[in-house]
Amino acid sequence: MSKCGQEKRKKVLEFQNVTFSYKDKQQTESTPILQRVNTAIYEREFITIIGASGSGKSTLFRLITGLENPDEGHILLNGEAEEHRLGKVGYMPQQDLLLPWRTIQENAALPIELKRVRKEEAYKRVLPLLEEFGLEGMENRFPHELSGGMRQRVSFLRATLSGSNILLLDEPFSALDAITRLSMQEWLMEQWEKQKTTVVFITHDVNEALFLSDRIFVFGEKPIRTLQEVDVPLGRPRSLKDLNQPSLIELKDQLLEQLRGKVMG
Amino acid sequence: MNNRKGSLSAGLFILAFLIIWEAAARAVNMIFILPPPTGIIEKLWELKGPLLIEHLPVTLSTIIIGLVISILLGVGIAVWMSVSPSAEKAIYPIIISSQMIPIIALAPIFVLWFGYSIWSKVVVTVLITFFPITVNTYDGLRSGSQELKELMLTMGAGKKEIFFKLLVPSALPHFYSGLKVAVTLSVIGAAIGEWLGAQAGLGYFSRRMMTQFDGAAVFAPIVLLSLIGIILFVIVKWIENKSLKWRKSS
Repeated sequence: MSKCGQEKRKKVLEFQNVTFSYKDKQQTESTPILQRVNTAIYEREFITIIGASGSGKSTLFRLITGLENPDEGHILLNGEAEEHRLGKVGYMPQQDLLLPWRTIQENAALPIELKRVRKEEAYKRVLPLLEEFGLEGMENRFPHELSGGMRQRVSFLRATLSGSNILLLDEPFSALDAITRLSMQEWLMEQWEKQKTTVVFITHDVNEALFLSDRIFVFGEKPIRTLQEVDVPLGRPRSLKDLNQPSLIELKDQLLEQLRGKVMG
Repeated sequence: MNNRKGSLSAGLFILAFLIIWEAAARAVNMIFILPPPTGIIEKLWELKGPLLIEHLPVTLSTIIIGLVISILLGVGIAVWMSVSPSAEKAIYPIIISSQMIPIIALAPIFVLWFGYSIWSKVVVTVLITFFPITVNTYDGLRSGSQELKELMLTMGAGKKEIFFKLLVPSALPHFYSGLKVAVTLSVIGAAIGEWLGAQAGLGYFSRRMMTQFDGAAVFAPIVLLSLIGIILFVIVKWIENKSLKWRKSS
């Protein structure tokens, strides 16, 4: 559904000829992870990245958030080349990474606080959102008093409060049990439709990728030169049952084959 | 429940120890060498005037001044080392090796420098209490996780914000551990300082009574010194629980 409209939609994130490699201590370059990569992600898209461990998925996020900078090429946010991207993209890490000494309300308010808003003001802004995220009555609890799913919701809320229209989610549900995971996927779908943001989502799970995304990027062996894209032929709203359609089962097998080939090779 | 059981058995153990001591002291019957606990308590009551009014305030102010200086110095050095790697390289080995110097043996020199004033005792106290505070606080400041730091960077946090909102809260539990060790050491430091040369103080009084072969009067100020140590420890523990509420509820 997304393909035909893409050309008219605004590019939120763009890679232009991006090359990147980690430097070792002697400052000599090791094998590049990305080599002259070009890609664009559009407004309100849901993109999933799948690939084996160590295929450079997290590196991609480190580049987008600005923790790393490309050796060559440019990364554009909302159409502008940004050298200093720190603080401009919402990022939700793999573990919830809530500060254990802060209450739920204080944790969620952290990105607002860091934008030099007064604490009381920041806390006040968070309160109605906690309710919306199914966390009412939890504002004065500490993270260890919450379940894993609840902590991830706080972490997601915190990422959205960065104020950015791009959200990067790094395997956010990998630590959850299967049932919680399913309900969190459905919940994320709802939130994404409400929030009107662009989401880039890393996962190992092909089902998760198919259920959530408009396009899937498959990360192959390094260095990555072109991103292999797969369009998900499903409309919205979707339900988990849609994944049982024959065309999707075929696509899933194909993706698994691709990933397995990478691991073997 | 478990806690109460624990303190009950500790109490019983102490009681048994005191009873054995009492019995042994009565059997030996040399009050100037081994005074019985009841004799010490009697002596404490008898000497309560001079001990509480004359000697306790002197020792207590040595301890408090010493601890305050240690906290300021220890935290200051720890922060400095954590923000400047070259300071860490230069200072950390010195701090470690400073603990190899037998401070008790060095103490007479402080009496030479500062005379019988309170400062010679404060110096001894500071020298043995700043170490646990510095090292623990420093380790605490380094314990802030790299992942949390990077997460805060992606939120646009600066160095100052990472220090105050991440490193300081991560360091606090470590700081309190150091402080708990320091308060117990501070009592020892003050007492040793007073042995070497003083005109008042609980340590000084205890030593003076030794020359008079008054066993019970040697022990009486020691009881008070231990009480100071215990009370200081309890106060630190209380402040710790108050400021680390998030840990208590786990």
